[in-house]
Amino acid sequence: MNIDKKITDDLAANDVSFVTTVPCKQLAGVIEEIDQRDGIFHIPSNKEDEGMGLCAGAWMGGKRPAIIMQNTAIGVTINTLATLIQYYRMPLPMLISYRGELREPIACQVEMAVHTKALLAQLNIPTYHFHHQADVEEFDAILKYTFMCNKPVAILTDANFWGGYGDQ
Amino acid sequence: MIRSEILKEIAPILRDQLVVCNIGIPSQELHAIDDQSSNFYMLGTMGLASSIGLGLALSQPKPVITIDGDGSVLTNLGTLPTIANNVADNYILLIVDNGSYGSTGDQPTYAGQKTSLTKMAQAAGCERVIECQAEDTGRVLQEALDAKQMTIIVSKCESGNAKMPPITMDPVVIRDRFMKAVQA
Repeated sequence: MNIDKKITDDLAANDVSFVTTVPCKQLAGVIEEIDQRDGIFHIPSNKEDEGMGLCAGAWMGGKRPAIIMQNTAIGVTINTLATLIQYYRMPLPMLISYRGELREPIACQVEMAVHTKALLAQLNIPTYHFHHQADVEEFDAILKYTFMCNKPVAILTDANFWGGYGDQ
Repeated sequence: MIRSEILKEIAPILRDQLVVCNIGIPSQELHAIDDQSSNFYMLGTMGLASSIGLGLALSQPKPVITIDGDGSVLTNLGTLPTIANNVADNYILLIVDNGSYGSTGDQPTYAGQKTSLTKMAQAAGCERVIECQAEDTGRVLQEALDAKQMTIIVSKCESGNAKMPPITMDPVVIRDRFMKAVQA
């Protein structure tokens, strides 16, 4: 299964047409797939809170948005999640590269990994963790859930899910 | 001229447009001067007005005016390259540049010292960037609407705030009525 294509297909099938990204090596394939896909407007952000602002505007403009980012971004975006996305009750699927998990080669990434789920739990953000490739089967249902409840929802995707870091 | 005097002067222009207004006293002033369902008031999240406005402009055809401040743009400087590289000709970013953090006690910003937001917007790649004096804001804003070309306006004005009450409207109400105005 090509998980980059499956994720992009699910986004398109759920009418997600505005995607902002801050890159991560693990996410390179899905970002490239989204960039090439007709019907999805891809707008890279310089920082993840900026990206959430773009998504908020897009949603109020009638488009379904999504953000793709690394888990370190949870540290950057807590205020935005609380005072914009949650306060105004907006839907936001967050496809998150979960760095610092099993197979991680960079020790510093573990420092935010150990806080990631605790911070998401503190914010009452529904959180899913994709560890095996087969977990991607739930992505479609997670998107439907997100736009049903108008909440930010986190999908943590670790190195095991993506198949390792290659030569990094 | 201070910000609230500019807002009073441009209120008749803003009334018919989608407006995203910066956090704090700017939103309180606009709300008190001329509340409209087509105004999206930010109650939190300093710095993101220009990003919300851009996302909105890119997602639907109506003109969008973001009223931002120099301090808030400095907080989210990455917004300028993103705006420059994703041109939305229905987007106007009006930066009310009073050289101070108005909502927190008028502490000076760097934009009131050596830093030029006009030049930073130009260097970011924004093509239509107009710096004006406060008194000319209405004319420049109307010209930007008529030009139908993405415009960054840097309106240089004096520091100071009008005393207005906080916005007590529920955020979901602000957002819901705004979305209905977008769709109308």
